Amino acid sequence: MNIANAIPEPMPAGPKGRKPVWLTVASIITFLFLYLPLVVVVLYSFSATKVNAWPIKGYTLDWYRELFQDEDIWDAVRFSTFIGIVAASIAVVLGTLTAYALDRYRFRGKPLIRFAIGMPIVLPGIVTGVALLAFFTGVLGLNLSRWTIIIGHATFCTVLIVNNVAARLSQLPRSLDEASADLGATPLTTFRRITFPLIRPAIVAGAILAFTLSFDEIVVTFFLTGREKTLPLLIWGRLRRGISPEINAAATVIILVSLVLVLASYWFTRKSETN
Amino acid sequence: MAVAKTQPGGRTAADPPSIELRRVRKSFGDFTAVAGVDLTVGQGEFLTLLGPSGCGKTTTLRMIGGFELPSSGEVLIEGAQMGNLPPYRRPVNTVFQNYALFPHLSVGKNVAYGLEMSGVPRGDRERRVREALDLVRLPNVENRRPSELSGGQQQRVALARALVNHPSVLLLDEPLGALDLKLRKAMQLELKHLNREVGATFVYVTHDQEEALTMSDRIAVMNEGRILQLGAPEEIYERPRSRFVADFIGQTNFIECDVLGPDGRFVACRTAGGETIRAIPAVEAPAGGTITVAVRPEKVSLDAEAPGGLSANWNRLTGTLTEVIYLGTHTQLVVALPGEGQIVVHRQNRMLGETEPSTGQQLTVAFDPASATVLAE
Amino acid sequence: MAAIAAKDEQAAPSGRKGGPLPLLALPLGWMLVFYLIPLALLLVHAFWSVDYLTIDRTFTLENIKAVFTVAPYPAVLIRTLLMAAAVTLTDIAIAFPISWWLAKKVTSHRELLLMLVVFPLWSSYLVRAFAWKTILGTNGILNSFLQTTGITSEPISAFLYSKTGMYITFCHVWLPFMILPLYTILDRLPDTLLEASGDLGGNGWKTFLRVILPLSLPGLLAGSVSVFSLTMGDYITPSLIGGSPGTELIGGIVADQFGVANNWPLGAALILPILAIVIGLLLVANRFGALGRDER
Repeated sequence: MNIANAIPEPMPAGPKGRKPVWLTVASIITFLFLYLPLVVVVLYSFSATKVNAWPIKGYTLDWYRELFQDEDIWDAVRFSTFIGIVAASIAVVLGTLTAYALDRYRFRGKPLIRFAIGMPIVLPGIVTGVALLAFFTGVLGLNLSRWTIIIGHATFCTVLIVNNVAARLSQLPRSLDEASADLGATPLTTFRRITFPLIRPAIVAGAILAFTLSFDEIVVTFFLTGREKTLPLLIWGRLRRGISPEINAAATVIILVSLVLVLASYWFTRKSETN
Repeated sequence: MAVAKTQPGGRTAADPPSIELRRVRKSFGDFTAVAGVDLTVGQGEFLTLLGPSGCGKTTTLRMIGGFELPSSGEVLIEGAQMGNLPPYRRPVNTVFQNYALFPHLSVGKNVAYGLEMSGVPRGDRERRVREALDLVRLPNVENRRPSELSGGQQQRVALARALVNHPSVLLLDEPLGALDLKLRKAMQLELKHLNREVGATFVYVTHDQEEALTMSDRIAVMNEGRILQLGAPEEIYERPRSRFVADFIGQTNFIECDVLGPDGRFVACRTAGGETIRAIPAVEAPAGGTITVAVRPEKVSLDAEAPGGLSANWNRLTGTLTEVIYLGTHTQLVVALPGEGQIVVHRQNRMLGETEPSTGQQLTVAFDPASATVLAE
Repeated sequence: MAAIAAKDEQAAPSGRKGGPLPLLALPLGWMLVFYLIPLALLLVHAFWSVDYLTIDRTFTLENIKAVFTVAPYPAVLIRTLLMAAAVTLTDIAIAFPISWWLAKKVTSHRELLLMLVVFPLWSSYLVRAFAWKTILGTNGILNSFLQTTGITSEPISAFLYSKTGMYITFCHVWLPFMILPLYTILDRLPDTLLEASGDLGGNGWKTFLRVILPLSLPGLLAGSVSVFSLTMGDYITPSLIGGSPGTELIGGIVADQFGVANNWPLGAALILPILAIVIGLLLVANRFGALGRDER
């Protein structure tokens, strides 16, 4: 259009140069919509009154004191941590094997396998939950326990590891494997000495996300839990009786822990990419 | 070459060739990458597989290394059948196109990797790693990461990592492709020296004809999965057998002409302009029909400048000068011949102030029949 | 190494031609035993019936019929579909500007802003849902805010235990699932394309409708399937924010059948329409490349 501009300017003249105000405003409102509820929870965890009313009448750390003395909460935290670690570990094994096979072999049915692995996270969680409940108790006649939860969680966490590891594997040149074989390493040694160290950060990043997902999960867990309660289940149970500032305190801690985990996972992903 | 030495049953005589390929084919699905290659490489030889991309040269190399298994045919190294042997059981080492250095290991650990795999004790390992890095003139980098080195240095590390194992065969897959021109030239000479120094057989893959001419003892020119011509660089350059080889390596004039008959060691033929020329047949003298004669531009002189007595029975062609291009070391003259053909002449620029003929004038060019080849097509 | 002898030849590992099966045996076995078979068995339950506390395994279509005829199931199903559709459309409308802004307009701190968008996806869904209960409750923050500032004199109960409350909560909790795929696809749209459309005289709206929207369809569909599916299957938000008669969604009813009501066959039958709709959406999304294409 602009004849004077025979040689197009690189970027600044492009659409990035123009910033419609409404777009920025809309984006800021969206951020508020995403974060305001979280901010509310954090703020009211310090509220001195038992009722979540506006404005906050005073501030206290009592709820945190109460929270940290709450044995049920601690039991639930320990239980959820155990579930998360075991489920993430199983998912790491299943997911790494799958990602490696998908990346290194040519075979038919790859989209089908990807779809099958992704199903538990694409289909509503309630489906996984009741299907496993019916399977364990109805078909196999087992009692629900921590192991039924772990199996459920590992099943929907696997896809996270597959995605993380497959992305990393696809960045690795195949010639690294070949160079290792060329220098006399058997396939197993090549995996141990070359491939695994290179995908390890991606595995760790995926494992942290899997743990986070497991730790926060409630929809599937509800159907698979035995007598012991995970942290989300405990909180949900108490919420039905009404909101207390102690729960706000617990929620604040959960938000913080998630934040740390997500940052850690992000850090490992970056590390894996810069290696 | 050494095919005759091989005895039935894959057992070999005292001094087997370094590498032997027998009717090796490789297809991927419907695509045939290598369509039956026979090749024998001698001990310590520097052999180059040269050809355009997709000609099967890399696949051939990978079958020697064991990264691909032939669909049919046999690969022998040091007289031993390779069969289905995986790369880690073959006495060959490879320098990969993009070096394939392990990014998470130090340079020293990269080079020591092969030694470690074959169980060389730690002390020996360190000494040999140092020697190998000295050999490629890259001392004192053991503790660095590959990513901290320049492309040229990484190249040397890859070389050291392969050579440290004293392989009897070193495979090189376009190893200089990523380097700049000057570095590439220096490395070409170094590789040639290394080949002499370590005594291993080098099989080198490239699409760069100049690289091939510079380094090789012999060149195998490949196209469409076959070896079109195998021979010493001079042979390939001076006596190309086919239009493809003549065209792929250097610049060549092709002159179509009708066979008149044999003339001693030459074949005589008549060009479209009615002039009679003679050339040496690449394979056997054709009995008749239309043939193509190939002659390199630098072998053609202006008739007026042809060396006196010698040029009495040279081929002569007359046409119109259409282009004069100054190219530094030489000037390129294009002479349009009667009919559709043209002939390119490279005239050395020996001194300043030489007068160039001007375009449009009639010009007669001359070349020795011995430098002209009748292509086998 | 040079001493590879003829005897090694026989010992050559034949595993080189072995496919990926040894690697895939464990994960695929796991998925088969702990997901696909249970899922298939669940569906079979839909064709059984319950006889007091035991399951009668004779084939019947009664449950399927009940889903579409017995009150309140058809109404709940329709309500759930409408809710899921409304939430999906709202999230598309909210996600588009911010995704566009992140992909095409932000020049600094892009990584940080992206992380801010992604983080809620990994922070506890339960916490984010109950935050809305705190805000929307009768004695909650919104009501006391409105009263303190004098906008209203009485607490408005319509916020909590209502479809509106659920709608707001759903839109909030699933929003990152819409932003992420949308951002990803918009980020990959070359700027030159948009400039080209502008150069050809397309104004803002035309460019959006004719160029941007069609090209962002895969991301849009991927996000929509997630949001729709998550809303269809949820029972936590309804239990926290909904809860009054006439607000039940299908997820809660299913959960009841597998809990207090203990009627698994009916629960399984109620899941069938959820599954059918979600799988249908997946197939549509897949046709438009929303689920990512495999390289081989």
